[in-house]
Amino acid sequence: MTASTPPLLELRDVHKSFDAVHALRGVSLELHAGEVHGLAGENGAGKSTIVRVIGGEHRPDAGAVLVDGAPVAFAGPRDAQRHGIAVIHQEPTQFPDLTVAENVFMGRQPLRSLRRIDRAAMHRRTAELFESLGVPIDPGRVTRGLSIADQQIIEIGKALSAEARIIVMDEPTAALSTVEAERLFRVAARLAEGGAALLFISHRLEEMYKICQRVTVLRDGSLVTSSPMADIDRDTLVRSMVGRSVEQLYPSRTTDAGDEALVVEGLTRAGVFADVSFSVRRGEIVGLAGLVGSGRSEVARAIFGVDSLDQGHVLVNGTRLSLGDPRAAIRAGVAMVPEDRREQGLILDLSIERNATLPRLGAVSRWGIVRRSRERAMATTWADRLGVRRRRLADPVATLSGGNQQKVVLGKWLATEPGVLIVDEPTRGIDVGAKVEVHALLSELAAAGMAVLMISSELSEVLGMADRVLVMHEGRLTAELSRKDATEEKVLRAATGGAG
Amino acid sequence: MIRASAKESAFAGRELGIVVALVAVVGAATVARPSFLSGQGLHDLFLNASIIGLLAIGQALLVITRNIDLSVGSVMGLTAYLSGQLFLADKDLPVIVVVLAGIGLGAVCGAINGALVAIAKVPALVVTLGTLYVYRGVDYAWASATDTTQINAYQMPQGFLDLGSGSLLGIPNLTIIVLVVLGITAYALHNFRAGRELYAIGSNPDAARLAGIPTGRRVFSAFVISGALVGLGGVLHAAYFGTINASVGTGRELAVVAAVVVGGVAIFGGSGTVVGAVLGALLLTTITSALPILGVPAFWQRAVDGAALLVAISLDRAVMVRLAERLRAERAVRRAG
Repeated sequence: MTASTPPLLELRDVHKSFDAVHALRGVSLELHAGEVHGLAGENGAGKSTIVRVIGGEHRPDAGAVLVDGAPVAFAGPRDAQRHGIAVIHQEPTQFPDLTVAENVFMGRQPLRSLRRIDRAAMHRRTAELFESLGVPIDPGRVTRGLSIADQQIIEIGKALSAEARIIVMDEPTAALSTVEAERLFRVAARLAEGGAALLFISHRLEEMYKICQRVTVLRDGSLVTSSPMADIDRDTLVRSMVGRSVEQLYPSRTTDAGDEALVVEGLTRAGVFADVSFSVRRGEIVGLAGLVGSGRSEVARAIFGVDSLDQGHVLVNGTRLSLGDPRAAIRAGVAMVPEDRREQGLILDLSIERNATLPRLGAVSRWGIVRRSRERAMATTWADRLGVRRRRLADPVATLSGGNQQKVVLGKWLATEPGVLIVDEPTRGIDVGAKVEVHALLSELAAAGMAVLMISSELSEVLGMADRVLVMHEGRLTAELSRKDATEEKVLRAATGGAG
Repeated sequence: MIRASAKESAFAGRELGIVVALVAVVGAATVARPSFLSGQGLHDLFLNASIIGLLAIGQALLVITRNIDLSVGSVMGLTAYLSGQLFLADKDLPVIVVVLAGIGLGAVCGAINGALVAIAKVPALVVTLGTLYVYRGVDYAWASATDTTQINAYQMPQGFLDLGSGSLLGIPNLTIIVLVVLGITAYALHNFRAGRELYAIGSNPDAARLAGIPTGRRVFSAFVISGALVGLGGVLHAAYFGTINASVGTGRELAVVAAVVVGGVAIFGGSGTVVGAVLGALLLTTITSALPILGVPAFWQRAVDGAALLVAISLDRAVMVRLAERLRAERAVRRAG
């Protein structure tokens, strides 16, 4: 790199902690004009924290942020924007009730006399903006109901209208189809040509090779490597991300599939998913892949009876489940570990033992009164078996790390001794070490004869764990692949609905 | 080339709906008793709707930001009582001083609510439920401390009473005041950044923060403005009725919230207009006046208010579900194509 022009943005030895979690440990990063810089790392590696530091949402505990070579301390998101920084968040942050033009210019609307908003200019400029991006979006429509791809384009429009020179894209392609992602890459390339510096975060490595000139890899909050994209091959990249070779991440398993434990036939919920049929055998792990919003979690919720169904039925061990009744599902031996453990899986303020025994209160009670000793005994058994690292079982679950929280959720449902286990994003947001443990656990459970349906957005996890892979797109099953047939390309193609 | 947004036309639809409902109610009442639509009848209709309409404007500002103020009835009672007490102390006090004092006290009450919501981050529902009782308690304590249970018209100057009952060119003064306030608020909400930011805050509070909007300050201001309008409403109530005790305005909060929701302001924030809110107030008060004429016993009034509220919310919900389905279908078509 030439030393003459300072990078547009530089992070120098940045540290950031949240309570006990050391999210960033001395990360340095340079973003140069005209360059797309990739940021890679597992979930929980600190990528989102970097995004928030750059975007002015978090202040680093130590280290410096420099814009154009001069140190800055952002007072907040607005301040970062004033320095020419725009963050395109993973989940687009729209105002669904307001028009596209208002979304683009919120807080910065063009004004006419008396500081009134100049609506005509606002609409005209929005239209010009989208024209320059080559994407037709009506500035006058409300953003409610726009696809995530279009919402992201609006976010980019926002960045451009604010004349941002430093643009951070946090996993923008996570919910996009191939065509939509290609469109996004063209826009990104155009921005870089125009002299902007881009920071691009993605889980799909092939995307990085496609558009990034440089890549920085984080692991557990530390910088592992930073090099030109051309100088790092795929294996090295993966190894530096996970800190071990991929094989070690997933337990080697031999499957001994038994009878069909879970059979679903023709599941349909109008507008959400249609005609979904598959089965899971005893001892088998079936992966359910697909993009965010493809209907995977909704199918799981319907099987478990949380959401109602319009058509279809569910058989557990050959008996038909009465639909829309989670209690019936639990009695039949189905357990579900939901996607969002903080919202749906745990009661954060309750103790570890209370959470762990919640679905099994009947077994620890006599005459309707919970007996503490039995509650504690059961919780201890499971906490030990799952290796939950805790100080005391009476501590609130909120004090545990993400990985350990996930283990408590698993333990909570395993205590019901289910025959069928549905896990939705079992390792989202937990560190690599805990991930390996969760994977080993799932594998162990399957080996013990449990039928496991695993939903995951992480392709490597699906490929590494599943005996069979089902792929959903827009509410329909588009592929069923055996372990040896399942490749990243095939799954992605089915997930994006593409024959092409 | 710039066409009305889907949402804006939806608003027009909602306001049109209220107008249709109004015409239906007024029509039915007029058939039952032709004098309902006479000059005097209309005059009374607008007069009855005025104070509740004023409160609805302030409440709409808050509901748009995904907040609510349940203390409006108590604040109105407090400021009405303040006007009476001021005249008891000095009957020659200029009317404008009393009006400003009422607005000021209302703004202070609103500021307390706003500070608790915006700075202490307590949900508005809880804060204003608390201040509903606190402000009412202050009102009663004041009445008992001064040993004045009731203040009557003869204790207030004629100029003040004229403000409440007089009219200009046949339009009640109160209605003129409400229309002026409505005009200013509607214009400001539509044309100034701060106004649009209220919608943004209600539509997606996190995104509003990320967009650099000072959400706390905006919400606080909305509480202060709403409080000031309620304060004005209390003074006007005193001027109009001429009889004040410490229980003025009790229970009004529910009527106000009902008016706002019936008027199309989404209870989860982000959409709706103050014009709709005032039309909602007009519709509910018109229904109230029409019921006895249509032979419905007066004690059904509240039930009918509630029913109107439920109908409005169910309609909103149905429209929303339909819209979501249509958008999903459109998107599927576009992807397939």
